[in-house]
Amino acid sequence: MNFFRNFGIALDALLANKLRSGLTMLGIIIGVGSVVALLSIGNGVQQSINGQITSIGTNLVTVVPGQVRITAGPPTNQGIRAPTQTKPLTDADANAIRERVPNLLGVAPELTSNNVTVAFQREKILVTARGVTADYNRVRNLEVAQGRWFDGADDERASRVAILGSDAADALFGGLNPIGQTVRIGSAPFTVIGVTVPVGAGFAGNPDTSVFVPLQTAYRTISNARTASGARRVSVIYISALSSDDIPRVEREVTQVMRQQHAIREGAEDDFTVLTQQQFLNIAGSITGILTLFLGAIAGISLLVGGIGIMNIMLVSVTERTKEIGLRKAVGAKKRTILMQFLVETVTLSLIGGTFGILLGVGIALLVGASGIIATTVTLESILLAVTFSLAVGLFFGIYPANRAASLQPIEAVRYE
Amino acid sequence: MGEMTNVYPTTSPEPARSDAPLIEATNLTKVYKMGETEVHALRGVSLRVWKGEMISVIGQSGSGKSTLLAILGALDVPTSGSYKLDGREVASMNDNQLAEIRNQRIGFVFQKFNLLARNTALANVALPLAYGGVPPREAKRRAAEMLTLVGLGDRLDHLPNQLSGGQQQRVAIARALVNQPSIILADEPTGNLDSATGKEIMNLFRTLHRERGITLIIVTHDPNIAAQSERIIRLKDGLIEYAAEVQTA
Repeated sequence: MNFFRNFGIALDALLANKLRSGLTMLGIIIGVGSVVALLSIGNGVQQSINGQITSIGTNLVTVVPGQVRITAGPPTNQGIRAPTQTKPLTDADANAIRERVPNLLGVAPELTSNNVTVAFQREKILVTARGVTADYNRVRNLEVAQGRWFDGADDERASRVAILGSDAADALFGGLNPIGQTVRIGSAPFTVIGVTVPVGAGFAGNPDTSVFVPLQTAYRTISNARTASGARRVSVIYISALSSDDIPRVEREVTQVMRQQHAIREGAEDDFTVLTQQQFLNIAGSITGILTLFLGAIAGISLLVGGIGIMNIMLVSVTERTKEIGLRKAVGAKKRTILMQFLVETVTLSLIGGTFGILLGVGIALLVGASGIIATTVTLESILLAVTFSLAVGLFFGIYPANRAASLQPIEAVRYE
Repeated sequence: MGEMTNVYPTTSPEPARSDAPLIEATNLTKVYKMGETEVHALRGVSLRVWKGEMISVIGQSGSGKSTLLAILGALDVPTSGSYKLDGREVASMNDNQLAEIRNQRIGFVFQKFNLLARNTALANVALPLAYGGVPPREAKRRAAEMLTLVGLGDRLDHLPNQLSGGQQQRVAIARALVNQPSIILADEPTGNLDSATGKEIMNLFRTLHRERGITLIIVTHDPNIAAQSERIIRLKDGLIEYAAEVQTA
């Protein structure tokens, strides 16, 4: 009795009771389908979060004031802690980094002012005003959809020019062309010279609902922002390394420069934090990893239920076919032949169910992806996992009924009515 | 009755033969445990059967005749005693060896035919060959040959429910014969058939016996069936009550 013959006998037996086989398979179909679908949703979420993190800038190193600890360790000390000790970042810090850390794509300090009123004629909106330098758009990957970004000269002269985020522009101007129009930021008039391409909310605020002005202009018109010692404060400094391989060096050198700037003694703790995208990616990865695992586990439960369904039906089938098993034994079937026959039957059931389940899961994933609610990514791993799992379920839940069938005494089986 | 038969007990229930018997059962007992109580189905049965014999086992229900048949058919093992088939001790064999004996040496015919409902006549007959490791093509050829022998050469692809009772029993007989076993064991083979069909089946058995020298043991409660064999063994309460050769006038 080779495998194909066993497979044929199994298929025969399954086809003989199509409705029951179908319903039994349904458990596996739903189980495998949900594993594939939920894992693809988990993977999709992971990828879209990673995408958001990388979209805040290319090879970005970020300096923020105070001690911020980000770890991806066990849940107890995971996440972001409140600053322990604060000394504000300054314009001078940004300049020091620019001068003393070589080979950077750009250094872009930002002075962030929340809830700033921007008005055009009768329209008024509240936005986040960001006072930034000329290379900010390069560092933060911001592209201009209309008009232009400002240049170094605009910053030096403290020109009253503004670049609107796409949502801000829509809110103020509707269908009108904003370029060249005058808006009031706070009380000061600005000329709109550009509108950014929409990017959506990311980890460092939403550029679409922001207004960008030159840093020097911001100091004069929006926020004076002087520290106790009279230096010009900035909220955050973005630094872009030339390549991702260079990030560790940049992180190290920026830390050195900042420690000198802030006159921190040897052995004392930093009063600022240098963050890299990798840290964000690690945290996001560990969170979405847990999410994916969780979704997979839920789906796994339904696969387990499907497996129990198979066992149940196979036990019924063994009882129902007692006479058949007895006859097979009477004409010479050995214990292991009967065992194989029933095992092949459950495995066939679970593998066919698994195949349909994969189709269902991929279908759901594509549907969810197409609906635009959540991005989904079907990975080969999740399909292999589902197939392996359904095979294992078939074997595990098939062994008991198969063994029961194989252990039937031929004499009892033949006499069974 | 077409032929005149006389059945009476003799003191010499075995044929006088010098060759070794095909079956040599000595002092077989079988005890079933039904919960607390023990049921003694066989209490010490000794029996010798020679090649080419046609024997009937009769007795009332509960006399132990089905148990005896199950042990002779290697479907079950005796609680004590010895059972030699073709000189090999069967009573002490393990499950796999018993399966092999059933496959190679024994052909069963049951009262209720016991065909696989979803398999064609051909597949049913080929089943023992499949378990015996005969390649499918060869198995099909031999199964078709057997079906032709029992007169169903034109019904190879019929399912059991497309066949009459008599035809189904013929399929079962073909299945019993297909591995060329040492002995055919039939348990009430005409019990589920009307008398005309039953007669046909008995005629088939007799023809096979006469023309092919097939050794047959038939369990029955019908004296008319028993009368068509050469030797009758009557069981009562797990013991042989008497054994007699059938005298044909």
